[in-house]
Amino acid sequence: MEQYKFKSKKLPYLLSIPQFIIVTIFILYPTYKSLELSLFTTSIFGGNKVFVGLQNFNDLFSSPDYLKTVVVSLIFAGGVTIIGLALSLLISVLINNALKGLTIYRTAFIWPYALSPAVAGAIWMFIMHPSYGILTSILPFELNWILNGNHALILIISAATWRMLGYNIAFYLAGLQSVPVSLREAAALDGASGFQKFFRITFPLLTPTTFFLLTMNLVYSFFRTFGLIHTVTKGGPSGMTEIMVYKTYKDGFINLVPGLSAAQSVILLAIVIGIISFQFKYLERKVHYA
Amino acid sequence: MHKTKFQSFLNHLLLIVLVIIVIFPVYYAFVISSISFKEVFSMPPKLLPGTNLMANYSHAWNSVNLGRLLINSLIFALFTTFGKIFLSILTSFAIVYFDFRFKNFIFFITLLTLMMPVPVRIMSTYEVVSSFGWINSYQGLIFPMIASATGTFLLRQIFMSVPRELAEATIVDGGGPLTFLFKVLIPIAKTNIAALFVILFIWAWNQYLWPLIITTNPNMNVVQLGIEAVIPKGGTALPKWNQIMPVVIFTMIPPLGVILYLQRSFVQGLIEPEK
Repeated sequence: MEQYKFKSKKLPYLLSIPQFIIVTIFILYPTYKSLELSLFTTSIFGGNKVFVGLQNFNDLFSSPDYLKTVVVSLIFAGGVTIIGLALSLLISVLINNALKGLTIYRTAFIWPYALSPAVAGAIWMFIMHPSYGILTSILPFELNWILNGNHALILIISAATWRMLGYNIAFYLAGLQSVPVSLREAAALDGASGFQKFFRITFPLLTPTTFFLLTMNLVYSFFRTFGLIHTVTKGGPSGMTEIMVYKTYKDGFINLVPGLSAAQSVILLAIVIGIISFQFKYLERKVHYA
Repeated sequence: MHKTKFQSFLNHLLLIVLVIIVIFPVYYAFVISSISFKEVFSMPPKLLPGTNLMANYSHAWNSVNLGRLLINSLIFALFTTFGKIFLSILTSFAIVYFDFRFKNFIFFITLLTLMMPVPVRIMSTYEVVSSFGWINSYQGLIFPMIASATGTFLLRQIFMSVPRELAEATIVDGGGPLTFLFKVLIPIAKTNIAALFVILFIWAWNQYLWPLIITTNPNMNVVQLGIEAVIPKGGTALPKWNQIMPVVIFTMIPPLGVILYLQRSFVQGLIEPEK
């Protein structure tokens, strides 16, 4: 139904102009500038910009270092998303089956979402410390994230996944609550086992929630975990935890190659456009509740 | 639901074990923040709080100027959060309750900003802010962050579902659009606004990359950056974890308080309208 419309010529403009100004100056214009900057290079001596076309992109895609950050980002994002969704779905189903205590369990699981990736990282780097970490001491295998790149990746995936569990569980629980009990009961009468009920009825009905959380977890692991990397590993050892956002920052503000950094920003822009278009295509109504 | 008592017991048992696993890292961080340096490395590890709590916290408080960092974070997070809520209320009210020429355009470009998180424009946003002379300032920290596609989108959904009779009634009573907005609409959307506050406050409090590049003066840093500052890099000295953990604990308390206090609104106002 159409909402009521007030009659005023000026008021709607006055109302929407503040956000419009902020968006234009601090978001749209800088995004346009980064597209532009990605086509230039700054000479080390003069500091003046030279137009180089797609040279920066060419350099990136022929650099093994850059390709490594792409692979690392994919492993990291894939790990956080797949492990995170599987674990939170399992926990949500258990809570939903418990019949009693839903709100208590929800509270008990939701809160790590309030912690920052940096906080999560600081705690996990300690409990997984190779020589005195409490988790390392009970693990049946060796875990040394200071020296071993794969182990460092395990550390940051664990911390990032743990931090996102509560968010995922909150959305999965809401999704499970809307699965009609009568459907499951009918299936049970037809002799369906617990597993059959889950995979034939519950899981398909949760598809919209799963898609939504999939995009949210991808955006989170690609774009919002910078603090975790900066606090814990600084991309090391030997670049094994250097995700794309971290390298973009490093090239821009430490190695001082703005053109190369801007080109990486443009690649990140393509990634986020991909993820969010996917979300809009499959879930028209939802945006980014993070 | 045909479940035996035993199955139900197992279900609860498993959940309780999982809760303990999820809570343990934070509990353990708290334990570490309360014991002495020697005890941090004792084997078997200490699992109960010790007696060094006050000493560790006061040491941590002074080691990185923690009071100042917390105040900076609070100013940044509150202004950013309320700024985002305020701007999204105004924009979504304009979009839903008025017909004007650039309506779709404004909504479209606001949504477009979803695709432009800080990393995709990091160098150039820095250049804009530094051209204003806003490095190391609150306005430099806050203004680039206060547009909100999330808020505008959510509130637009909510405003569209409000019965149109309410606006008509306000007009009949002699009120104008702003009376309607502040006296009727905002109170109706209270739960959703509270939910928005939860996610936006947590988002703002946990910002890291933007404050890192825009503040070079340690007095303007936010508390998230304080954690990295107290963890020693390289060298041979053992990190004083009992003095690092208090910084970690201080950093997590405000957003933790917000989510626990407003959890019901968070769920009702954000997740349930999803259904």
